[in-house]
Amino acid sequence: MLNNFVMPDLYPAAPEIFLLLMSFLVLFVDLVFGATHRWMAAMLTVITLIGCAAITLVTSDGQTTLTFSNMFVDDLLADFLKLMTYLAVIMMLIYSRQYMADRGLDKGEFYVLVLYATLGMMVMISAANLLTVYLGLELMSLSLYGLVAIDRDNTRATEAAMKYFVLGALASGLLLYGMSMIYGTTGSLEIGGIAQALYHGQAEKPVLVLGLVFLVAGIAFKLGLVPFHMWIPDVYHGAPTAVTMFIGSAPKLAAFAMALRLLVYGLLGRDGEFAMHWQQMLLIMAVLSIGLGNLAAIAQTNIKRMLAYSAISHMGYMVLGLMSGVVDGQVDPFTAINAYSSALYYTVAYVLMSLGAFGMVLLLSRSGYEAENLEDFKGLNKRSPWFAAMMLIIMFSMAGIPFFIGFFAKFAVLLAAIKAGYTAVAVVAVMFSLIGAFYYLRVVKLMYFDTPVDSAPIAAGLDLRVLLSLNGLAIAGFGLFPDAVMIICTTTLMRSL
Amino acid sequence: MNSQLLSLAIWVPILGAVPVFWIGSERRTLVRWLSLAVAVAGFLVTIPLYTDFDSTQSGMQFVEQAPWITRFNTQYLLGVDGISMPFILLNSLITVLVVLAGWEVIEDKQAQYMGAFLIMSGLMNGIFSALDGVLFYVFFEASLIPMYIIIGAWGGPNRVYAAFKFFLYTLLGSLLMLVALIWLFLESGGSFNILDWHQLRIGIVPQILIFIAFLVSFAVKVPMWPVHTWLPDAHVEAPTGGSVVLAAIALKLGAYGFVRFSLPIVPDASHQLAPLIITLSLIAVIYIGFVALVQTDMKKLIAYSSISHMGFVTLGFFIFNQIGVEGALVQMISHGFVSAAMFLCVGVMYDRMHSRMIADYGGVVNTMPKFAALFVFFAMANSGLPATSGFVGEFMVILGAIKFNFWVGFAAATTLILGAAYTLWMVKRVVFGEVGNAHVAELKDIGGREFLVLGVLAVCVLAMGLYPFPFTEVMHASVDNLLKHVAVSKL
Repeated sequence: MLNNFVMPDLYPAAPEIFLLLMSFLVLFVDLVFGATHRWMAAMLTVITLIGCAAITLVTSDGQTTLTFSNMFVDDLLADFLKLMTYLAVIMMLIYSRQYMADRGLDKGEFYVLVLYATLGMMVMISAANLLTVYLGLELMSLSLYGLVAIDRDNTRATEAAMKYFVLGALASGLLLYGMSMIYGTTGSLEIGGIAQALYHGQAEKPVLVLGLVFLVAGIAFKLGLVPFHMWIPDVYHGAPTAVTMFIGSAPKLAAFAMALRLLVYGLLGRDGEFAMHWQQMLLIMAVLSIGLGNLAAIAQTNIKRMLAYSAISHMGYMVLGLMSGVVDGQVDPFTAINAYSSALYYTVAYVLMSLGAFGMVLLLSRSGYEAENLEDFKGLNKRSPWFAAMMLIIMFSMAGIPFFIGFFAKFAVLLAAIKAGYTAVAVVAVMFSLIGAFYYLRVVKLMYFDTPVDSAPIAAGLDLRVLLSLNGLAIAGFGLFPDAVMIICTTTLMRSL
Repeated sequence: MNSQLLSLAIWVPILGAVPVFWIGSERRTLVRWLSLAVAVAGFLVTIPLYTDFDSTQSGMQFVEQAPWITRFNTQYLLGVDGISMPFILLNSLITVLVVLAGWEVIEDKQAQYMGAFLIMSGLMNGIFSALDGVLFYVFFEASLIPMYIIIGAWGGPNRVYAAFKFFLYTLLGSLLMLVALIWLFLESGGSFNILDWHQLRIGIVPQILIFIAFLVSFAVKVPMWPVHTWLPDAHVEAPTGGSVVLAAIALKLGAYGFVRFSLPIVPDASHQLAPLIITLSLIAVIYIGFVALVQTDMKKLIAYSSISHMGFVTLGFFIFNQIGVEGALVQMISHGFVSAAMFLCVGVMYDRMHSRMIADYGGVVNTMPKFAALFVFFAMANSGLPATSGFVGEFMVILGAIKFNFWVGFAAATTLILGAAYTLWMVKRVVFGEVGNAHVAELKDIGGREFLVLGVLAVCVLAMGLYPFPFTEVMHASVDNLLKHVAVSKL
C-alpha cells in the first residue's frame, strides 16, 4: 500500500505548515523563557502571523489549487479570508496584551491556543472535503473552549466554557450526522464530488434534505443564528474580554467560509435548484436572528452581552446576502456573485467593527477592573473626547448609519435581498435595524449626555490607543471610500466560484 | 462647466470642523473666532453659486461628477438647479448666525458645539446638492448624528428623550426611503442617478408604494400632521442654535425631498394622492394653528407655528401650478429667515431669564426697546404682514390654491387670521404692557453681536418682502420645467 503513496503538494498549504511549526517553537520558547520573558511568546506569535501573511501573499497566484487528494483547496477566497483572519488575530493580540498581562493570563498556553484556533480557522477556510471542514472546525472549537476557560479560577468563565463545550459538541454532532447522510446518498465526501452528484441527480432527495437540515444547524451554531444562538450571550459575557474579542471576530470569517463552501460550492444543485431548500432555512433564521438579536440587546446592561446580541443580529443581516444568490432556482452569475460578495463584505466589515467595540471595552478596563457595564461608558466624552468619538463611530457604524462602513455593508446585503425578490424581508430587516439603532444610540447617549461616574484616567497603553484609533478611522475611512474593499470582495468571489 | 463650488460648500465647513475640535474647548476665544472664520468662509464660497447662476436654464448647474462606488454604479454627483440653490445659500448664512448666537451662551464644550454645527452645515449642503440617490441618502442620514448630539448634549432638562425621539422618528422614515431607492436602482437597470429616475417609466402600483415610502420619510422631516410630534419636543429641548438650524434648514429637507423625488419620479401617484397631502396640509395649517394658540411656552408656540407654515409649503407643492409651487419655495426660504429669527429672539430672552414661559414675561419693551422692535418686526413677518417675506409666500400659495379649488384656498387663507392671532397675542403678552416682574425690570437690551445677528435677518426678511424678484427669478425656469415634467404621465 505504501507504494501508492504520493507525496502531496505542500505548497498550497504552506501557511498552515509554517504556523504549525512555529507553534511548536512558541511552546518551546515559553517552556524555556516563559517564567522570565513572557513577551517572547507574544512577540513570536505576532511574528508567526505576519510570516503566515507573507507566505499567503507570496504563494497567492489567483489560481484554484487542490491538494492532499482534493481535501484542501487554495483559491483567492481562501487567501483573502486567511489574510483577514491574520489581521484580526494580530489586532486581537495587540488589543489584549495589557489586559491579559494585568490579569496574569498572558501565559504561553494563551498564545499557543490562539495559534491553534487560527490554524483551525485556516483549515476551515481551505476545506474542500467534509472531513477537512470538520477537522478545522474541531481544532478551532476545542482551542476556543480552552481559551474561554483560561482564567481557571473565574467561575463565570469556567461555566461559560462548559456551556460552550456542551453546546458546541452537540452542534458538532449534528454537523457530523448531516455529513454522514450526505455522504451516504451522494457517495462522496468531497465538496466537489457532492456538487457533481447533485448535478447528475444521483442523490436521493429525502436523505439529502434531511442531511442538509443537520448541516445547516451546525453552520447556524457556528454563526450564532437563532435558534442556535443560546451560547453566544453567555460565552461573550463569561469569557475574559480579550477572548470574547477573539471569538467575536476571526471565527466569523471561518464560519462564513464554511457556509459558503458547504452550501454554495457543494449544495447548489443543478442550476441552483437545490439551493431553495437551504435558502428557506437561512431566510427564517436570518429574520429571527435580526429580530431577536435587536430586541434582546435593548434589555442588556452589560456591554459584552449587548454586543453578543448585536452579533446575532449582524450575522442575520449577513445571511440575507448569503441566501440571495439563487433566484427562483436560477443561477445568474452576476446576481450570485453580487449576493455572496455582499455577505463577504458584511462579514469583513463586521469583524472590523467588532474588534473596535471590544477594543473600547479593553481600553476602559484596567488592572482589577472590568469595564463591562454600559454605565462605565458614562461621560466618556469628558474623560477622553477622542475615544468617545471613536466609540461614536463604531456604534453608528454598527447601527448602519452613514458615512460608516456598517451602512454600506447593510446597504449591500439589502440590495442583494431586494434584487432576489425578498423586498418584504428587506423591509422587516430595516425596521428591526431601527429598533437596533436604539441601543447603539444609548451608548452614545451615555458617553455624550451623561456625567462620568468613573473619573479615573484611561490607563491603556500606547499600542492599544494607536490601534483603536486606527480601527475607528478605518471604519470611517472605508465608509467614505467603500469602493476598494467592495471590489476586492467581488473580485475574490468572481475568481474563486 | 466643471466647478468645485459645491464640493467647497460641503467640505469647507466639515473639514473646518476638524481644527475646531482639535483646539479643544479650553481655548475659547480661538475656538470662537476659528469657527466664525470657517462659517464665513463656508458662506463666501456659496456666493458664486448665486452670482454665476444662469437663471434662464432649467437644468442642473455647477455639476460635479466622479465615480464613487463602482459596484453599485454610485457616483459623487453634485449639481443644483433654481430650486435647490437658494437653500445652500440660506443654510450657509444661517450657520454663520448660529455660530454668532452661540458665542457666549455656550459654556460647556464649546469646541464640540461649534464643530457639530459646522459639520451639520456641510452635510445639509450635501443633501441639497446631491444628485445621486445613495449620496443623497448618506447625507440625509448622516445629518442626524450631529443634531442628535446637539440636542442631547446642550439641550434642556428633557433633552435625552427629545434627542432619541428626534433620531428614531427620522430614521424610521429614511429607512423606508432606502428600500425605495434600492428598488428604483434595480428598476432603472442599475442607476442611482436621480435625473435618470426622473425619466423612468413606472407602473401605478409601484408608483404608489414608492410615493408612500418617500412620503413617510419626508413627512416626518417636514413634519406633517400626524407625524409632527417630535418637532415640539426637539425644539423645546434643543439649544437656541439647534432650534434655529432645525427650523430654518432641517425642516426644508423634507419639503425639498418632495420636489426632488416624489413629484418628478412618481408624478401619477403624486396626482392621485394629492388630495391626501392637501388634506394633511390643511389640517396642519388650521388645526396646528389652533394648537399654537394655546401654548404657554414660547418655543413650543413657534414650533407649532413652523408646522403650520410648513403645511403651506406642502400644500403649495401639491396643487401643481406655477404660482403655488413657487410660492411654496418662497415660503420655505422666508420661513428659514423668520423662524430662525423667532428662535433667536426667544434665545435672547432665555439667555437672560432662563425661562421660555410666556407668563414669566411682560413689558419687555420697557427694558429692551431695541430688541422689542426687532421681535415685533419678526412677529409681523411670521404672521404674514405685507412688505415682509412671510407675506409673499403665503399670498402666492393662497392664489395658487384658489386657482386649484376655491375652498382649499379659502381654508388655507385662514392662516392669515390664525397666524396673526397666535403670534401677535404672544408678542402682546411678552413685549407690551407694564413690566411684568422684577426679573423683567432688570433685563439688559441686546448688545452689538445679538443686534448684528437679528439685524442681518431683519434685512433679509424686509428685502424679500419688498422685492422678491431676485429670489423668484432664479427658480422660475426650474419650477416651470418641473411642472411640465409632472404633467406628463409616466405610466
